[in-house]
Amino acid sequence: MKTSNEAQKITELESFSPLESLKKPANDSEPNYCNGAEILIHTLKDLKVDTIFGYPGGAVLPVYDALFDCLDINHVLIRHEQAGTHAADGYSRATGKPGVVLATSGPGGTNTVTGIATAAMDSIPLVVLTGQVPTSVIGNDAFQEADIVGITRPITKHNYLVRDVNELESALREAFHIATSGRPGPVLVDLPKDMLNTKGRYYGTKNIQIPSYQPVIHGHHTQISKAAELLSNAKRPLIYAGGGIILGEAWEELTAMAERHNIPVTTTLMGLGGFPETKSQSLGMLGMHGTWYANMAMTECDVLLAVGARFDDRVTGRLSGFSPNSRKIHIDIDPSCIGKNVHTDVPIVGDVKNIIPMLDKKIKKPAIDEWWSTIKSWRKDHPLVVPRADDKIYPQHMVKMISEITHGNAIVVTDVGQHQMWAAQHYQYNHPRSWISSGGLGTMGYGFPAAIGAALACPERDVICITGDGGFQMSSYELATAVEYKIPVKIALMNNACLGMVRQWQQLFYNKRYSSSVFGSNNPDFVKMAECYGAKGFRATTPAEMRDVLEKAMKIDDGPVMMDFRVVEHENCYPMVPSGAALNEMVESDEEAGR
Amino acid sequence: MSKQTATIPDTDFKHTLSVLLKHNLNSFSRIIQIFSGKGFEIDSITFASEADPGMARITLTTYGDEKTVEQITKHMHNVIDVVKVTDLTHKKFIERELALIKVSSSKAGRTEIMLIAQAFNAKVIDLSQDKLSLEVSGNRDKIDALIEVLRPFGISSIARTGSVAMKREFKGVA
Repeated sequence: MKTSNEAQKITELESFSPLESLKKPANDSEPNYCNGAEILIHTLKDLKVDTIFGYPGGAVLPVYDALFDCLDINHVLIRHEQAGTHAADGYSRATGKPGVVLATSGPGGTNTVTGIATAAMDSIPLVVLTGQVPTSVIGNDAFQEADIVGITRPITKHNYLVRDVNELESALREAFHIATSGRPGPVLVDLPKDMLNTKGRYYGTKNIQIPSYQPVIHGHHTQISKAAELLSNAKRPLIYAGGGIILGEAWEELTAMAERHNIPVTTTLMGLGGFPETKSQSLGMLGMHGTWYANMAMTECDVLLAVGARFDDRVTGRLSGFSPNSRKIHIDIDPSCIGKNVHTDVPIVGDVKNIIPMLDKKIKKPAIDEWWSTIKSWRKDHPLVVPRADDKIYPQHMVKMISEITHGNAIVVTDVGQHQMWAAQHYQYNHPRSWISSGGLGTMGYGFPAAIGAALACPERDVICITGDGGFQMSSYELATAVEYKIPVKIALMNNACLGMVRQWQQLFYNKRYSSSVFGSNNPDFVKMAECYGAKGFRATTPAEMRDVLEKAMKIDDGPVMMDFRVVEHENCYPMVPSGAALNEMVESDEEAGR
Repeated sequence: MSKQTATIPDTDFKHTLSVLLKHNLNSFSRIIQIFSGKGFEIDSITFASEADPGMARITLTTYGDEKTVEQITKHMHNVIDVVKVTDLTHKKFIERELALIKVSSSKAGRTEIMLIAQAFNAKVIDLSQDKLSLEVSGNRDKIDALIEVLRPFGISSIARTGSVAMKREFKGVA
């Protein structure tokens, strides 16, 4: 309820016409004197922002009005702010540039929350711009008011409420700097409507100074020497590479170091593509659904080099059984990641891109033939299994076929669950920025919008969204966006008519009591769904049909394609480290898991 | 409290942290959030302006082993507006806390309370028929001791500021 006084205040503010201020510069000799919305656009242009994912609303009307005349920024009208945030996130993961989101106040802002948290967990640079009610009514429960700065505080690297138009430009420049430097992350800038309408000056000052924010870039020399000594004398060394390799763009340095010294490399879910899986040193992914040999190598190694990884519980398994005999070296740009879960013998804070070449130079190639023969025997005895049949599609086979048809060159974007793990295991990742997935937060509904963002960012690359029938339905409405902008995302729907990973856990640990995890015949017809949005839709139930559909779909470049692949419903994802078990206590089949 | 000579135990141990940061509530909230969100403990916290305009100082005491406090310190460093975090615990430092203590006092007990106050260098700052309020400052132990001595008289309320602390300039051994 607004008092009449407050209502009048709002009316007064609304009556200040943003259009008028746009049309008539206060002074022609001062072209940089403009309203907040225009300062915002000027600054974004100056920061080389080419794409914004947004949704309009009352509080951001001034920005949308300024955008109307702006030809340099491509505004993508998504259908939900959460999807917009995921799209910006996908855009960022595909390019390394910060993703930009624009949402209105209140529900617009709160809808971005899941997307921001997703980006925060995976250290993805985002700048989220939210409208806010006029400063005079902030705190009064005004229409569409939410304390978005307060709500997003735990999930942003930093955030701003810009009350003064003259602080807008510097806040934006700081926001982009903070989002993209150090350990990247999302930054939110809250923009009250009256501030956007108030005139101020655009300075164009490019240098930013934040004395309290100086991320450590260069590694400590003594520490690097200690690490090199450990690695040179190692009998069973292992490199464990995380998302920091991708974020720090250090894939070439890592590959060079591992090849030169012939040290095995396992990557985390977030590090996929950071080390080419075609190389003989690659052990693939480790962790809960990692390869047998990667997890065994992790358990048996005597020197572990962790680069840009954070010893997540999905990687370590039971901590007391994690890599018990190794000396641990940990390189990370965020000191709070070091020693958080696992004791580190040699901590090195800094940028992996700087540190790896220094380390590389100091290492003397270790003598590890014996270690390699052990690894090779593990690899031979426990390979990843791809079950195949002529009359039905096994989910692993589906991923394998996509990998073959795209030659491991596509950008693969996933949702969360069984299909995500299979996509991580069976697609051959040879390039960085080719694997886009919500690793830390595990956000269902992430895949399709993130694929839209990635496809807009990289029009020259194939983008395959491997998703599940559960996850896809959490953001299926973005079909409208993909059709409108002719975004050629290939949706490979692994349709097992259930929430596979939940079902798998219920089968293995809850006595096959499938509580709320089976959709059965209640799923929509996904082909018709695609068609009603104006997209193409195909279905396949056998591997032969699947190949046809994939080949047809890869040729479509003027919009999204839905490929409804009906896969074997009760297939489970292995190897698996059951929750509470150590990494080397993997199970490889239903029979083993049942024991 | 002579922390200066204390050896470093592995068990939970009181740490005094001093944080220099920009004076705004967003950064203050972010500091608090580290504790509420990540399950660390705050024993006491004070937030007030620093000598430089626009800056503030947080003095914070917490319990934890060295690893926990190291994590707390790192997380605080990660707050963009934080300029410096100092763990004073193993340094020579000066620490003070102020407390106001309201005690029930019958006519008979009043003299005794005032004697106790004198012994603790506390001041009587309010007096009525049946209540007496004391102001005392000093380190944590002294205030705890005074409160314990006064408890049998009946304490009706206590307001404590929590620790404020800074590094001692004298670094040598006397």
